[in-house]
Amino acid sequence: MLGYTLKRLLEMIPTFFGITLLSFFIIHLAPGKPTDVLADMNPKITPEARAKLEQYYGLDKPIMIQYGLWLKRIVKLDFGESFSTDRRPVMEKIWDKKQPLSERRLFITFLINVLSMLIIFIFAIPIGVSSATHQYSIYDKFTTTFVFLGFAIPSFWLALLLMMLFGIHLDWLPISGLKSMNYDSLSLAGKIWDRANHLILPLFVSSFGGLAGLSRYMRSNMLEVIRQDYITTARAKGLPERSVIYRHAMKNAMLPIITLLGLSVPGLIGGSVIFENIFGIPGMGQLFFMGVMTRDYPLIMGILTIGAFLTLIGNLLADLGYMFADPRIRAG
Amino acid sequence: MNRTFLKKSHILFISLFLSFSLASGCKKSEEGKETSSSSKAGTGNFEPAYGDTLVEGSIGEPSILVPMLAGDSASHSVAGMIFNGLVKYDTDLSVTGDLAESWDISPDGLVITFHLRKGVKWFDGADFTADDVMFGYKTIIDEKTPTAYKEDFLQVKKAEVLDSHTFRVSYEKPFAPALTSWGNLVVLPKHLLEGKDITKTGFGRNPVGMGQYRLEKWTPGQDLKLVSNRDYFEGRPYIDSYVYRIIPDPATLFLELQAGGVDMMGLTPVQYTKQTDTGFFRENFRKFRYPVFSYTYMGFNLKSPLFKDVRVRKAIAHAINKEELVDTVLLGIGKPATGPYVPDTWPYNPVVPKYEYSKEKASNLLRESGWSDSNKDGIIEKEGVPFEFTILTNMGNQQRMNAATIIQQRLKEIGIKAEIRAVEWSTFINEFIDKRRFQAVILGWSIGVDPDQYDIWHSSKIGEKEFNFVSYNSPEVDALLEKGRRTFDIGERKKAYYRIQEILAEEVPYIFLYVPDAMPIVHSRFKGIKPTPIGISYNFNKWFVPKELQRHSSIQQ
Repeated sequence: MLGYTLKRLLEMIPTFFGITLLSFFIIHLAPGKPTDVLADMNPKITPEARAKLEQYYGLDKPIMIQYGLWLKRIVKLDFGESFSTDRRPVMEKIWDKKQPLSERRLFITFLINVLSMLIIFIFAIPIGVSSATHQYSIYDKFTTTFVFLGFAIPSFWLALLLMMLFGIHLDWLPISGLKSMNYDSLSLAGKIWDRANHLILPLFVSSFGGLAGLSRYMRSNMLEVIRQDYITTARAKGLPERSVIYRHAMKNAMLPIITLLGLSVPGLIGGSVIFENIFGIPGMGQLFFMGVMTRDYPLIMGILTIGAFLTLIGNLLADLGYMFADPRIRAG
Repeated sequence: MNRTFLKKSHILFISLFLSFSLASGCKKSEEGKETSSSSKAGTGNFEPAYGDTLVEGSIGEPSILVPMLAGDSASHSVAGMIFNGLVKYDTDLSVTGDLAESWDISPDGLVITFHLRKGVKWFDGADFTADDVMFGYKTIIDEKTPTAYKEDFLQVKKAEVLDSHTFRVSYEKPFAPALTSWGNLVVLPKHLLEGKDITKTGFGRNPVGMGQYRLEKWTPGQDLKLVSNRDYFEGRPYIDSYVYRIIPDPATLFLELQAGGVDMMGLTPVQYTKQTDTGFFRENFRKFRYPVFSYTYMGFNLKSPLFKDVRVRKAIAHAINKEELVDTVLLGIGKPATGPYVPDTWPYNPVVPKYEYSKEKASNLLRESGWSDSNKDGIIEKEGVPFEFTILTNMGNQQRMNAATIIQQRLKEIGIKAEIRAVEWSTFINEFIDKRRFQAVILGWSIGVDPDQYDIWHSSKIGEKEFNFVSYNSPEVDALLEKGRRTFDIGERKKAYYRIQEILAEEVPYIFLYVPDAMPIVHSRFKGIKPTPIGISYNFNKWFVPKELQRHSSIQQ
């Protein structure tokens, strides 16, 4: 197993650089330059001034050189400075050490994603299992309708409706943002309560949409497993239904979930732009979107690189997890 | 009011961002138009009091709070609260002193001497002096400073500090926009920044200014909290703190306004006319409207054979109903445009040919220039070629798309087939505008208060990345543009710009479509707001909330 892990780790290196090379070229292919924010359609700027600006950002060099320079920095784990007018280091935009933990973009996105994933797992697995065991019952049909509704409703629309209901008509919950205006004057418990309140609507919206996928997946896995001979055997030897389902069938039905977990690792740092914009949540999705809109190459590359790294790690973890959990694979 | 987000507003900034760019421009005749319960909401008999917080909602986040380095309107808006300039626009659009108490212009218009206000202090207590202006000037012309605003300052031949509070600049040639260029772009605290790379010091995220408010806390992606400068040279502002809150989604922003999370924002036409037309809004808010310094136009590629004939351009002008565009695209919140200036400002010439909506006149003009529908397919032809062209605009601007659609319909009625194509901004500029690959465009210019539009109309500005991309060329306009920027005499300038508008109306390189209005809404507990030609925010330091109506407890020490 150690040898296998090492081999996989070594394989990751060329893949990783391949990804960065492709990403670097593709984002430079898009029309427009980071200097456009200052220079586009601005009659006060002369061609010389434009050239100076491009020189300032190093955009006058051939693209291979630019990639080489980027690579030279990246092996030292330096993501460089953002091309936006604030010129902050990319790392600071993602993980701002001057801000408290709860205000750092990566943390905010990570927290929301982890919480919503937890919620999805907590609800989707029982829903999936019980609709499999009660296949075609009224309950099965109801949950199917319910999860598909969540899947089909556009999240921005649901979010706006909920904001109007809970934020304006009932006035129970805050509409957007992460904390209230008077946050700084609150006690610790008050602060936690305030933040929790702000998270309710975003978490509901983000997990409601995700329920369908996992619960349907769980349902079909379960259906497949309970038709197997060993389940019949378990029933035949007189085990109670509870233990047939939850001890014998569940274990096998859960196996593919490991793959899902592994694949969702990179997703934990990626946020949805629409979702973050609508709730005014300053997360990674917004940052990436703004980076793309302003052609902020170092920022885009920084986020893509972290994403690529996590994807590779996630895949590796999933495979290792599989080997660990499933003796059939270990043997094969 | 920064509805522009990062898309560079799809407009251009000619503007100089003088002083408080919170809102820009408004005109006197509009004062009566201010809706909502004015008797209750007006200044009334309320006693000015210190305290409370104003939360302004915006969809864009500032990037850097140094005016000379900023490119987006959110940055300029907030930086305008922190930094003052030497001069600013007065409520009647004339230039008045800000950090400069007065100034002298030499008779030949080549030398401007600024006499600076004494006793102004930077937030850290240091005195503001002429050295700070000199330092700002040197920084902006420095090659290493990535700024988009050098151009005006490169015209300066010599800058000198005469004494601690006198600053003098000399120009090679008289340059009328010179005076107003000395706004807040060029004032920086020398004692804090000398010898440092301004882009690397963190000053832009933690600025030290001398304006009415100072930045207390910036939570990226969420809000910027500013507190009032008690030593402000015009007196301590009444409102203790100003919060610039970032809510990227316009629908959420509007919901926050209703929920009380935001006190002030810019409205869209639908929000202004319909969604805020309820008892709740009349009771709790005041709405304002005044023209923004910008206009939307349809520009022709004058190099395109289709539009070489001025009669064709005039025909299209007759075929477009500008009133209809204002009524449908802007829901009536705006004015038809007749030239490149905002109606009722001093350079605006009200008597130019207007091209009233008339299908007959349009058809007659087209017939005169040889276009007719000989094969009866509904599209006119000339020498067998049907009149077809594409109207290009940028993606994401619904107003422009709507305008294009209406124009398309009107052109169809006179036998012209127009296609509409919307292209993503960067592609639009780089692939179509810069390479002149367009026949007609619908775009907007955001103009400064100063009427100099040399870069848009002068025939020397037709190169790639330059702004006369329709390739307009008129020796008379060239001469008038030269004249307009070389004299400080407002009467002379007015004459030149009046004539330019007549020529532009006669030659129709653009069809000027409409001038939109800015539509800010402010919670009615804020008193002391007086709409004027430069908007409502010019006297922000005089706004107040009467004690009994204050909502937020004082957070200032």
